[in-house]
Amino acid sequence: MSKPTVVIDDVHIHYRVVLGAGIGSAAGALRSLVSGKKPSQVVKQVHAVRGVSMVAYEGDVVGLVGRNGSGKSSLLRSIAGLQKPSQGDVYTSSQASLLGVGAALNKSITGNRNITLGGLAMGMSRDEIEELRPQIIDFADIGEFIDLPMGTYSSGMQARLRFAIAAARQHEILLVDEALSTGDTEFRRRSQAKIRELASDAGTVFLVAHGHNMIREVCNRAVWMDKGVIRLQGETQEVLDAYEADMEAKKKA
Amino acid sequence: MTTSSNAELIKQYQLTSVSKTAPLREYLKDTWQRVDFIKELANARSTQQYSDSLLGRLWQLVTPLLNAAIYFLIFGVLLGTRKGIENFPAFLVAGVFAFNFMQTTITASASCIPKNDRLIKAIHFPKLVLPLATAVNQVQQYMISLGVLVVVALLTGEPITLMWLALPIALLLQASFIAGISLIVARWGARSKDITQLLPFFLRTWRYVSGVFFSITVFTSKFPHWIGVGLKYNPGAVYIDLIRDCVMNTISVSYKIWVAGVVWAVMFSIIGLVYFYRGERTYV
Repeated sequence: MSKPTVVIDDVHIHYRVVLGAGIGSAAGALRSLVSGKKPSQVVKQVHAVRGVSMVAYEGDVVGLVGRNGSGKSSLLRSIAGLQKPSQGDVYTSSQASLLGVGAALNKSITGNRNITLGGLAMGMSRDEIEELRPQIIDFADIGEFIDLPMGTYSSGMQARLRFAIAAARQHEILLVDEALSTGDTEFRRRSQAKIRELASDAGTVFLVAHGHNMIREVCNRAVWMDKGVIRLQGETQEVLDAYEADMEAKKKA
Repeated sequence: MTTSSNAELIKQYQLTSVSKTAPLREYLKDTWQRVDFIKELANARSTQQYSDSLLGRLWQLVTPLLNAAIYFLIFGVLLGTRKGIENFPAFLVAGVFAFNFMQTTITASASCIPKNDRLIKAIHFPKLVLPLATAVNQVQQYMISLGVLVVVALLTGEPITLMWLALPIALLLQASFIAGISLIVARWGARSKDITQLLPFFLRTWRYVSGVFFSITVFTSKFPHWIGVGLKYNPGAVYIDLIRDCVMNTISVSYKIWVAGVVWAVMFSIIGLVYFYRGERTYV
């Protein structure tokens, strides 16, 4: 049996959504302060993941499928330690990284400086970044715009640069949310090829993808999530068939 | 709640919990490895800050000059708080710049965690990076201000003495103290936004008791002795005095103030580090 790299142990994730905070008047806030009653803001708890347990091993490429809001992305973030589970925990053999650096980049500095910034954010050294820079620029394919502030790019160019930076590095445990590979058809094709390449080099991959072809092609296992729980997990083909049949049935109903 | 088979795997393969924070020593090492990230983040921010203005980064020079001019007009000319001070322009500029550095750093650190919410949700890194990048950004600005101060001191007839060599030491002490305070405030700011409403009142009070535009010795002479001593040893006044001691020949402070500067710096940088580190899990 190969080595386990990710153990997800009864993970629950709650989000607190504050509805209508700051809408109430100052007088109302004062009244609630004096009367000792809870302020009139409405806090809603969203229970996004409801007790998920699974183990992934070295060499596994796990595809996560399910409808929007089924908890796939929350689960992915909790594996990377970017979302604290409200109950349960995730154990890993090394720090898992979520593919994506968009948030680290800054629109008022040039593409080239953003490569440095994004690379450093991912924990790369300056030398590593310099080594990978030509490759990143090449993949992003944005010509001389690389020396202009990122704010001047079209949204497609920004997406390409973001993806090129994020995908430059190898990871032991890689988490991919496919929403990342945006842009035109040609770039989508290239970025999917890149994700496949990263997946084949990484130890363990979790992949959230909307196109099932991608999952069929690269994943050896699949997990179907529904309303925060695992509905079915196992062989990719088997899980996808069941999921697709369920979607068909719902469409007819 | 861990099932027995999971517990066995976790133990056998030495897997680590993702929600556990690394021990302090390792945490600091991780942060140190991100030192280039801290610098780059600070640089990107100052570029962004001035990216839409005509003068650009020249504002880093113009803003302190304008500040000094306004304070000189109000306190030097109109209110006449220059009593007992030989070189009031240099005294005032040193006070204003040294205090503004502390004020802007603390204010910025209060919002540094919520402001970087998206980054925190996307990439795993020691969150200590964020308040440190904020502090580095402010120290860079402060160094430009100190350059202006040096010019003002020379223009107002201060001689260059050996004490000028101590300026980097005073800066280091002050920056360490303020970084410590900023770490404490950053953790508060991560919890609730109320702190950003309260800070301005606290900072204004602190400014008025730190001898930014008057001599504490002269003004407290009619009060009980302990009030003067208390004001003099408050960290705000201490660091302002150290800066003045370095560039002004007419001001010379006792070695006790230097000792106080070291004590405040060591004490608060340690307290701040530990306090911020203990909150690490709550920033996600």
